[in-house]
Amino acid sequence: MRLTPEEVEHVALLGRLRLSEEERERFTTQLNSILEYFEQLQQVDTEGVPPMSHAIAMTNVMREDEPRPSLTPEEALGNAPEAERDCFLVPRVIE
Amino acid sequence: MSALHDLTAHELSELLGRKEVSARELAAAMYARMAEVEEEIHGYVLLTQEVAQQQAAEVDERRAKGEALPALAGIPIGLKDIFCTKGIETTCCSRILEGFVPPYDAGVVERCREHGLVFLGKTNMDEFAMGSSTENSARGYSRNPWDLEKVPGGSSGGSAAAVAASEAVVSLGTDTGGSIRQPASLCGVVGMKPTYGRVSRYGVVAYASSLDQVGPIVKDVRDCALMLNVLCGQDPRDATSLPAPVPDYTQALGREVKGLRIGLVKEFMEYQGVGVEAEVGAAVRAAVAKLEELGAEVEEVSLPNLNYSIPVYYIIAPAEASSNLARYDGVQYGYRAGEAEDIITMYRVTRDEGFGAEVKRRIMLGTYTLSAGYYDAYYLKAGQVRTLIRRDFDRAFERCDLLVGPVSPTVAFGIGEKTDDPIAMYLSDVCTIPVNLGGLPGMSVPCGFSASGLPIGLHIVGQPLGEEAMLRAAYAYEQSTGFHLRRAQPVREEAGRRAVVARA
Repeated sequence: MRLTPEEVEHVALLGRLRLSEEERERFTTQLNSILEYFEQLQQVDTEGVPPMSHAIAMTNVMREDEPRPSLTPEEALGNAPEAERDCFLVPRVIE
Repeated sequence: MSALHDLTAHELSELLGRKEVSARELAAAMYARMAEVEEEIHGYVLLTQEVAQQQAAEVDERRAKGEALPALAGIPIGLKDIFCTKGIETTCCSRILEGFVPPYDAGVVERCREHGLVFLGKTNMDEFAMGSSTENSARGYSRNPWDLEKVPGGSSGGSAAAVAASEAVVSLGTDTGGSIRQPASLCGVVGMKPTYGRVSRYGVVAYASSLDQVGPIVKDVRDCALMLNVLCGQDPRDATSLPAPVPDYTQALGREVKGLRIGLVKEFMEYQGVGVEAEVGAAVRAAVAKLEELGAEVEEVSLPNLNYSIPVYYIIAPAEASSNLARYDGVQYGYRAGEAEDIITMYRVTRDEGFGAEVKRRIMLGTYTLSAGYYDAYYLKAGQVRTLIRRDFDRAFERCDLLVGPVSPTVAFGIGEKTDDPIAMYLSDVCTIPVNLGGLPGMSVPCGFSASGLPIGLHIVGQPLGEEAMLRAAYAYEQSTGFHLRRAQPVREEAGRRAVVARA
């Protein structure tokens, strides 16, 4: 087994997910079988092959840095679960 | 004459142009059709009647004034719930985006508005486009119009089912690993994923950014060309959209296929030595024979690295998804879990309650493969094999103008049949995934039916920006067969339920 339930819990924290005990067990089994399935890639000789990150060879598409109209504060905050005085409200971050 | 709702966009466009029907009447006919079949199909998660009425009225007014209108003005469209629609709720069929009303339109939605298309509603999909059956939707699954006990495919299953059940004339989908082509195939309609970068993704909820592409699901190849004319072109707000000029795609229709070199891909017919369903294989071979009869030069080609497509995709797509979906944290929009003492707990509880099982599975997988110590073994390796897959395609295209095979290894499968086995579900995209990895255009064209009456799709894959050659072959094939003329009649057969849902 590649992944232990403790490692699954650590990955869940990195991914900002909370798992129930039942989910942790199920994911441990499922992720292990998926990772095992990935093993077949090790058969492929990729010595010196550059990785492909994108289907088209375009990089750094630039535009002029000029001011343009954007959303108003009201529009930007319109979907916020909680907002106050043009700000998004979140639970206390700094003690 | 066929009922209005059964007609294609180009047929309706002529009726509208001759003022034999108004856009308002057409929109009303579509909602009347939905009243008959939508309870069974569940192609939509939101209907936008008021918007549709207003848009249709505007088209009618402009036509009454004698204005020259775009070809598809007044044509009713279903939009996958992945496209941001200004003032219209957009949830990606996830609880975490419940109640999200975008303050802007996606680039393709803007184009549809400019061309006078009429928005019927938002169509059902697998949550965040992760799935092959719509069973991962937080809003319930859709049913296949050809057999209500079968899935319509996914993730754009609602868009395909709505067109196949004549609840939409055309629809929009997105395709990351087959999400336009596989449901189009399973529902017996035409679907195309254009070349990566051909269509703007501005305002489209991102899943795996190096693979995602927008495209149409329609009733026939001419409608596909007309929709490409609406959708394609560069958008400065999407840095990956291509600056290439956009042709009039309808010019590709009607040109003969004589001399077109077509390769039947061995690895589409059998993945790692396991062949596609016999009926699917037979229908595809018959289609290839038809193309040959029409004058195309056919040969079998082998692209051996396609045998690694599934693991490559399921490393790359979840890795990109785990990053893209980090933005759903309960702060700026969407769902937030109730009282939490600190912000990390707020994030975790929000995402636990907001995401479904498959989305969590892919976030977990992507987070793991990108984490320290594993990057080289998984993501880097997958990227290298992706290069080999693309090189296989490049080599094949030195000899062929088009590549063909099946779209899906099976016809539509049963609802609930694969939900407990992620890898079995992943394998249903085995023929479509390599095309996304290569960034190539691909389409599904109806090419027959199984003995049980379920549709089969022919997969046509083009070179980068090779959409015209694809349309040319697809149109010639379609016109010589007629599978596209059959319409599903969504019918309930088992005792104890309404016997006939739709009356023709």
